[in-house]
This record gives sequence, structure tokens and C-alpha cells, in this order.
Amino acid sequence: MKEKLNILRVSKIKKYYNDFLALDNVNLNIKSGEFVALLGPNGAGKSTLFSILSGMIQADEGDCLIDGNNIIHKSVDALKKLGIVFQQPTIDMELTVIENLFFHARLHGISLKNLKHNITKELETYKLETKINKKVRTLSGGERRKIELIRALLHSPRVLLMDEPTVGLDPKSRQDLLSKILKLKNTKGLSVLWTTHLVDEAEKADKIIILNKGKVLKEGNHNSLIREASTNTLGEAFLKLTEGKK
Amino acid sequence: MGLTIREVKKFSKQKGRLFSAIVRPALWLFVFAAGVGSSKGIDPGMLNFYPTQNINYFEYITPGLLGMVLLFSGMQSSLSMVYDREMGVMKILLTTPLPRWYLLISKLFSGTMLSVIQAYCFLIICIPIVNIFTPFITSYFGWIIAFPAIILFSLMLGSLGLLLSVYIKQLENFAGTMNFVIFPMFFISSALYPLWRLFDNGALIVYYLANLNPFTYGVEMIRAASLGKIYYEGVLIVFICTLVFILLAIRGYNPQNSIFKKKRSN
Repeated sequence: MKEKLNILRVSKIKKYYNDFLALDNVNLNIKSGEFVALLGPNGAGKSTLFSILSGMIQADEGDCLIDGNNIIHKSVDALKKLGIVFQQPTIDMELTVIENLFFHARLHGISLKNLKHNITKELETYKLETKINKKVRTLSGGERRKIELIRALLHSPRVLLMDEPTVGLDPKSRQDLLSKILKLKNTKGLSVLWTTHLVDEAEKADKIIILNKGKVLKEGNHNSLIREASTNTLGEAFLKLTEGKK
Repeated sequence: MGLTIREVKKFSKQKGRLFSAIVRPALWLFVFAAGVGSSKGIDPGMLNFYPTQNINYFEYITPGLLGMVLLFSGMQSSLSMVYDREMGVMKILLTTPLPRWYLLISKLFSGTMLSVIQAYCFLIICIPIVNIFTPFITSYFGWIIAFPAIILFSLMLGSLGLLLSVYIKQLENFAGTMNFVIFPMFFISSALYPLWRLFDNGALIVYYLANLNPFTYGVEMIRAASLGKIYYEGVLIVFICTLVFILLAIRGYNPQNSIFKKKRSN
């Protein structure tokens, strides 16, 4: 029964870059409707793990299952369940907002009937409805990120992967994005994997996984990690755990 | 379908692209051919699909210039792959729930469609003008029946472009590589002169290279097709090259041999 609840399952993942072991025996589970923060310093292996989860690269060892589908062997079924927001912008600057979203919809085989109406409604929730026919190049970084989030959710995925999505955003935009994701998790039961190196973003997660030098050091919720590290804040616990391993 | 619509939208926004696709071969046709060609015409040599052994030079280089349009367009559509990689759009393409071979084939077909449109724009605009001054043996209908050959040749050049885009990591490198692909492919072929001339002039290395160049076979295939003939050797070689290039490109975009993968040494 517990197996069924795990919408995303990563087991014994190993990844080498030449002689460098980027990920060492990484295990990770995300349950349906769970918000998991993957917290780690720069170079911890977060982006490598993210690339493996999204099928961009293949692990040297181990398995990655999304709703029971192996990301390599059943990639089409696995990718249908994923919504992805990458760290770097992945939106076509030369196309308008609506053209970008229609492009994504067509790639995912989403019916175009009522799509424009639905997109407009979604843009309204972000106060971006006036930008619908603007070229993405003319939008701010925060606005582009919101468009990428709308795009990632357009095909109603079960899991949302976000790789350091707040990079380059101002504090207000960061807060807005995080609040929106928490709302989606609560209202739609969306499972979220949010990778970050910012402790304050991880604090609101149901589960925090601390990754350092390619290894999972600890996992638990905000309170349990503080308790285990015998510190007062998550920030202190993170530093103690990651630096203690040096 | 999504990829095709995106390509068409981007193409329609790049006003200069169609213009330059026509101007480039038009210059060769109206200026180069006028300067190099002679009133005596040119002898196509042993491999001659024309009913006479003496051909108007404007007519002789037209299939080659058509190949030039397809070559530039094929490379430009693969340039968009490199651009997509640099801009991050490639990540979205590679994480859509579609097999990668399907994405690449879709990209190839959308690029081919644009190439063929550009090729026919060149023919529609330039050939009637040349025909006023020097009538061609090749009829207008000939260019219509050459349609399948033009598509096949365009598929080969598009596949080659996709294959190159696997190994070219940055736009800057792509521009450099084009110099080592477009120009040698075009010049070391029968696009501008019959190959017997190379042999006759003692340029044996260039002659043999031109015989190995699939572009030569593509040009001759179009030349034959425009005259209602089938150049079987050319069709076979172009078809095989298309298959090899696209299979290698698919292999290159596979996550196991991924363009994003670094090599493990141990």
C-alpha cells in the first residue's frame, strides 16, 4: 500500500562524471501530495539528480520511477506525469506568451478547444493577462518564471519538479512563487520536488532532504532535522550537517 | 505538428530569411553564371541527362543552386537546434512525453517543408526571368515532377544538419563549422561545373572527393528528375545518406549517448 503512495521513487542512484562521483547511492521517495525540498550547497549534486529525474541524462546505476514508470525504459509514460521548471529559462524569447503555451500544449497533445480561455484565466491569477500577446523577451524575470510555471502545469502533471526556481528573482517574487506552489499542493494534491540551496525556502516543505557531495545526509521535516542536529534553526542544522561532513 | 507550427511562426517572423534564401542563389545565377558562362554553353560530360551535349550554363547550374538553397536551409534549421540548446528550449523539447526519434523526425520534416518552400520560391521568381533571355530545355513542368527528388535531397541535408547539431555545442562553433561543411560540400561537387573538368585539369584529389560527396549525387538526382528521368545511383546514395545521418543524430540525442552527458572514465 505504501508503495502505491510513492509517486516518485529514486533508488540507489549513482552518477559519475569522469572519475568524479556526482551522486552516490541516492535514495529518495515522494508521496502523492507531498512537498519535498532537496536542500544542498552548490555542487551537492542537486542539478545532476534533477537531470536524471527529468530523463535528460541517464544514471550509471539505480532506478528512477515516476508513478511506477521507469524514466529511461518507459520515458514517455513517466514524462507525462512530470511538470518541470528548470533553473535556467527554457522559454522561447522570440514567441509570445500564448504562442509558447500553445507550443507546449501541442507537444503534450492537449486539446486546443477552450485552451486559450483556460490560459487567460490562469494568467489572470498571476495578473499577467495583459501580457498574453507580448513577446516573452519583453517580460521581466519574475513574469517569465510564472509563465514557465503555468506551462509546467498545463498538462496537469502529478509531480512538479522545480530546480532552484527562484534563482534571479527578487524577494517578493520568490515569496509569491513559493506561496503559489504551496497552494497548488494543498488544493490540487500536487507532489512537488523543489531543489534549493536557500534554507528559508525549504522550511515550509513537508520533507527536507539534505544532499551534500552527492550523498543524502539526512531527511526529515523541519523540526526533526533541528532536533537531530541539536540546533535552534534549520539554517544552523544545515550548516552543522553539511560542514560536519567535510 | 507543434514543432512545425513553431518553425513556421518563427520563419514568418524572420522576414530576411526568405529574402536571403532567394537573393543568395539569384546572385549566383544572374551574376556568377553571366560572368563564367559562355555563349558556347557547357558540356555535361558522360553523366548527361540533357538531350544535347551542349547546355546553357544558366541551366546547368540551376539544380546546383537549388541544392544550395536546400543546403543553407537545412543547416539553418539545425542552427535553430543549437540556438534552442543555448536558450534552454531544447530541455523542454527533450522532456516532452514523446520519443526522441519522433521529435527529431518531426524537426526534420518541418525543416524540410521550409526548405522546399524556399527552393520553389527561388524557382518561381528567378527561372522565368532567366528564361526570357536564355530559354531552358528544362520545362516548368520539369520542376514540378522534380518535387520528390527535391524533398529527398532536402531530407538528406536536414539530417546532416541535425547530426551536426549533436556535436556543436555553441552558436559560435556552429558558424565556424558551417564554413567547413557548406562551402566544401557545395564547391566540391557538380553544382557549378561538370566533374570531368576537374579530371581534365588534373585536380584528381578534388575530383575523387567530389565523387564521394553526397551533394554531387543530390544535384545530379534533381537534374535528372527535372528532365523527367531517374538517376538511380543518386537516389540510392541520397537515401542511404539520409538514413545514416538521421540514425546517427537519433543516437546522439539518446540520453545514453546524451549531448548533455560527460564521459565516465572508469
